[in-house]
Amino acid sequence: MSNVIDTLVPKVGVITGITDETPDVKTFKVNAPEGGKLFEHMPGQCAMVCVPGVSEGMFSITSSPTNKEFQEFSIKKCGSLTDTLHSLQVGDMITVRGPYGNNFPVDTVFKGKNLLFIAGGIGLAPLRSVINYCIDNRDDYGRIDILYGSRSADDLVKLKEIQEVWMNVPNVNVYLTIDREQEGWDGHVGFVPAYLEEIGFSTDCIGIVCGPPIMIKFVLQGLKKLGFTDDQIYSTLELRMKCAIGKCGRCNIGNKFVCKDGPVFRFDQINELPPEY
Amino acid sequence: MLKISIDKLSALYDAIAANNELILPVRKAGVVDYASYEEGADVAIDTLKTAKSPKNAFFPQFETLYNVNKKIIPTDASAEEGACEGAGVALRSTLSVEMAPLVDKDFVIFGIKPCDVKGIEVLDNVFLAEPVDNFYKARRDHGILVTMACNEPEESCFCSAFGIDAADPSKAKADVAVWMADGNLYWKAISPKGEALTESVKSVFEDSDEAAVEATKASIEGILAKLPNANLSLDMWGKGVLDDRFYSPVWDEIFKPCLACGTCTFVCPTCQCYDIKDYTTKDGIQRYRCWDSCMYSDFTMMAHGNNRNSQKERFRQRFMHKLSYYPDKNDGMFSCVGCGRCVDKCPQSLNIVKVIKAFEASKAKEGQA
Repeated sequence: MSNVIDTLVPKVGVITGITDETPDVKTFKVNAPEGGKLFEHMPGQCAMVCVPGVSEGMFSITSSPTNKEFQEFSIKKCGSLTDTLHSLQVGDMITVRGPYGNNFPVDTVFKGKNLLFIAGGIGLAPLRSVINYCIDNRDDYGRIDILYGSRSADDLVKLKEIQEVWMNVPNVNVYLTIDREQEGWDGHVGFVPAYLEEIGFSTDCIGIVCGPPIMIKFVLQGLKKLGFTDDQIYSTLELRMKCAIGKCGRCNIGNKFVCKDGPVFRFDQINELPPEY
Repeated sequence: MLKISIDKLSALYDAIAANNELILPVRKAGVVDYASYEEGADVAIDTLKTAKSPKNAFFPQFETLYNVNKKIIPTDASAEEGACEGAGVALRSTLSVEMAPLVDKDFVIFGIKPCDVKGIEVLDNVFLAEPVDNFYKARRDHGILVTMACNEPEESCFCSAFGIDAADPSKAKADVAVWMADGNLYWKAISPKGEALTESVKSVFEDSDEAAVEATKASIEGILAKLPNANLSLDMWGKGVLDDRFYSPVWDEIFKPCLACGTCTFVCPTCQCYDIKDYTTKDGIQRYRCWDSCMYSDFTMMAHGNNRNSQKERFRQRFMHKLSYYPDKNDGMFSCVGCGRCVDKCPQSLNIVKVIKAFEASKAKEGQA
């Protein structure tokens, strides 16, 4: 066996827990075979998860680095790799390599600031890492507002954690919404961008947005109406990736590689890129 | 400067091959490409342009990255029968990963043209940037480049536009520079690696001096100056032109004949896009990488959609990358070396020269308006 370790060559991970979040989203808990985490990461970073013989794909690490025991990936079933991942069980092995990409500036720009997280559907997955990091270092950040929406109450990812943990942290406000009326749901009904304008957040914070492209587009318009500027809004991009180290060419837009120069960008940076994301 | 009669080149090849794998232009089924020097090889050292570029020697069309061994553990297995635990849970299957061995033997690429040497420099900026690609680096560490002057540059050549000197290979970032002139091959080491190689094959050479190749250099320069694209202007390209060029209406028309066959990317010495795929073996999976093309519709296809849906967008990506995005990231260096293979090989006569000229024409038209 070769002694050289190459970033293209993965580690083996064990699935040690699986949570059904929604009808099409599962959260996979992953450990090194000898126990513990496969590697350290920062909030917003991603990893290449692979079922050998099927495919490999880039997924955000949804657990916070403050979780010292394991890493988690919340994965929506929507293609051949994710279909296979959803068929795996506790005790199955996968390969993982990473972490890749930049991270949300939690230890610099975000420090001491009020934070407004806006997520739609599975878009909560990358933001959950940041939210839990900020909650675990609560004194380092100001007010935390979380606006999260999904198609239905059944499609809200990590609802238990949101209700039992996030809603009970001091100076954290959670606003949930679903697209259509549903029996047993007494919370807000309506799309995320509309709810955003209804609540009318003040601009004394940093916006962090992740969700389907159409939601991002209208959330951005909403934030602008409220007086936010592009350089105070962050998002995380997703494109097809193979190497994850800025070489295979797949996620290239303009002079950036999303895997290496991103995935986290401010909107003033995104605006400088050709509109190919 | 050393020399050897062209009639005796096989003695030089044998001397090099004694200690290194020797890769040089070889004719197979009528087509010349870089291949190993083996018994009976039809060496075509006077070939100006091999069909494919020699990038294959550093970035092979196919290469195994690692093998994965997979074992399924029967659900009712007892400890003796192989049941095992990992990370505190009963394992259902085990995987083990073994990285493919890295190249560890020296090899010589003989006869590589200055444009293709520059092509390797372009690839270096990609593969040797952090995090380093160890598979590529091992080949670079063990590869020795013997670069040859181009005695008869052709109409499709436009290397001078990129500051490459086809008459003087000693300016290239290679290890040995050679010229073919008046029945001899002239040899000059231009790096420590080249000096070491020279030392090991010295016995086949006679002494000579630099003056012997001056006439050949002058003749090549004469041809270069008369080539149809000798004065191709890159003024509209390079760093900081992204927005102006990206949104240009030139793209709306020029891509139309493109077949999306990907030939341009495969013959290109600087195209580095690749795919990573699996091949199922008896014991598990062989994971390999292979050349890919940004011209293909599935290149950027994701489960939830494609961010470059039309051939116009894919065509634009290839040329914007070579002429704007890559220079932006690499201090103005272009990701084209003017080898002209795309000019020769595109079945629809589309190529980078056409793109550059179309933009020049559009600017001239704007100027008149």
